[in-house]
Amino acid sequence: MNAPGKLPLMTRLVMLVRLLAVQASWNYETLMGNGFAFAIEPALRRLPGGVGGEAYRAALARHGVYFNAHPYLTGLAVGALARAELEGDTPGRIERFRAAACGPLGSVGDRLIWAGWLPLCSLLALCAFGAGASPLLVVLIFLGVYNAGHLALRAWTLNAGWEHGLRIATVLGHPLFRRGPDAIAQVTAALAGLAVPLAVARIVGDRPAQLAAALAVAALWTIGTALVARRADGWRAALIGVAAFATYSLVS
Amino acid sequence: MTLAEILPLAGLGALLGLDVVSFPQGMVSRPLVAATLAGALAGDAERGVLVGAVLEMIALGTLPFGAARYPDWGSASVVGGALAARAEVMSPGTLTLAVFATLLAAWLSGESMVWLRTLNVRFAHRARAELERGSRAAVHALQAKGFAADLVRGAVVSGTALAVLAPAVERLAPLWNGSAETERAALAGLTAALGSATVWMLVRGAPRARRLIVAGVAAGVILVLT
Repeated sequence: MNAPGKLPLMTRLVMLVRLLAVQASWNYETLMGNGFAFAIEPALRRLPGGVGGEAYRAALARHGVYFNAHPYLTGLAVGALARAELEGDTPGRIERFRAAACGPLGSVGDRLIWAGWLPLCSLLALCAFGAGASPLLVVLIFLGVYNAGHLALRAWTLNAGWEHGLRIATVLGHPLFRRGPDAIAQVTAALAGLAVPLAVARIVGDRPAQLAAALAVAALWTIGTALVARRADGWRAALIGVAAFATYSLVS
Repeated sequence: MTLAEILPLAGLGALLGLDVVSFPQGMVSRPLVAATLAGALAGDAERGVLVGAVLEMIALGTLPFGAARYPDWGSASVVGGALAARAEVMSPGTLTLAVFATLLAAWLSGESMVWLRTLNVRFAHRARAELERGSRAAVHALQAKGFAADLVRGAVVSGTALAVLAPAVERLAPLWNGSAETERAALAGLTAALGSATVWMLVRGAPRARRLIVAGVAAGVILVLT
């Protein structure tokens, strides 16, 4: 195996920016495979022979095939595999690792980000809206808090992947991934309780009877969902509900 | 709605549509942000954030897991924010019709993402030989094509939805029966119900989730009453 040396800061930055576009050519066959190749490519230029060399072309072709994971955690695999390529790991080992990383990086990221951090930040912004914040402040709170977590996670995972190489199980055992989702869910639960009455009050305005009715509907629906339903498919139900309400109001 | 009014909003829809999946997924495309930006562009950020808050409660249930089908709220929310902001008066029905128009646009945008992903498959097929040879130019070209197609997709979704739905909303709003107070209460109740139920599904497995929700509701109600 070759000593990989250090990955220059500029190369890491370019890879980080490219990771933001890892899904730009997402398709039903290779999913984010081409985006993966696009993100890892700056590191591959350091392979013997440089750009266009045999090692470079073989590695780039290897990384353009099927890959799917959470986009924010893809940097972990990109960093790890960049190191493996520069250390001269065998293609077979690299391909096995690449295939095996998809599942864990997808499920951990989905739970931490899509089902955790994103709803938490939405509810925080709804709290600000309900508390009477200006439109600009609501937007800044949401984007500021969300992207502080988002960008920090992308940068950290890319660096951690490079530092640990193919031993990323150590990184996936980090408390952020093990205990983070539950901690985020707890904050989300408290924020949801706070945000809904505040946001509904601002939408309804200073009308106590209407506010009480709206909150009662929300409470009863939630309790009903908790007791009976196994899933809540929000936007389709909203489309049907709003269409029914609009039709009634237009023809009655 | 004139072409001069639609074009900048379609441009905003293109950028926000791009954020959903392609670049940079910074969630500028969330309804609370997208509708507010569209409202500001159309002349009233306050109405934009109002529509955005209603839509955000609905969108809490949209989790963009992997290859699942989900709406592109970015391009769609531009429609709701702009329709609410450009109305001369926020008459009864305007808010609901703007939200309904957004939900229809979200449906269309969700379908358009499937078409885009199918188009990306065709691009990938054409470049397969080059990709298998490890061509850097082919990797870059595929990214650029996907990026450009997604921009066009967002612009077409927002622009078409505004061109079709703005006249419909203008015609239907005067026919609305019922007060603005009842309308807002019904809309807020419906969307808060869907949002709360979604959040419950997300947090129900967490330790002390019930107690934390009840504590949050108590704090929220006290804040509303004081």
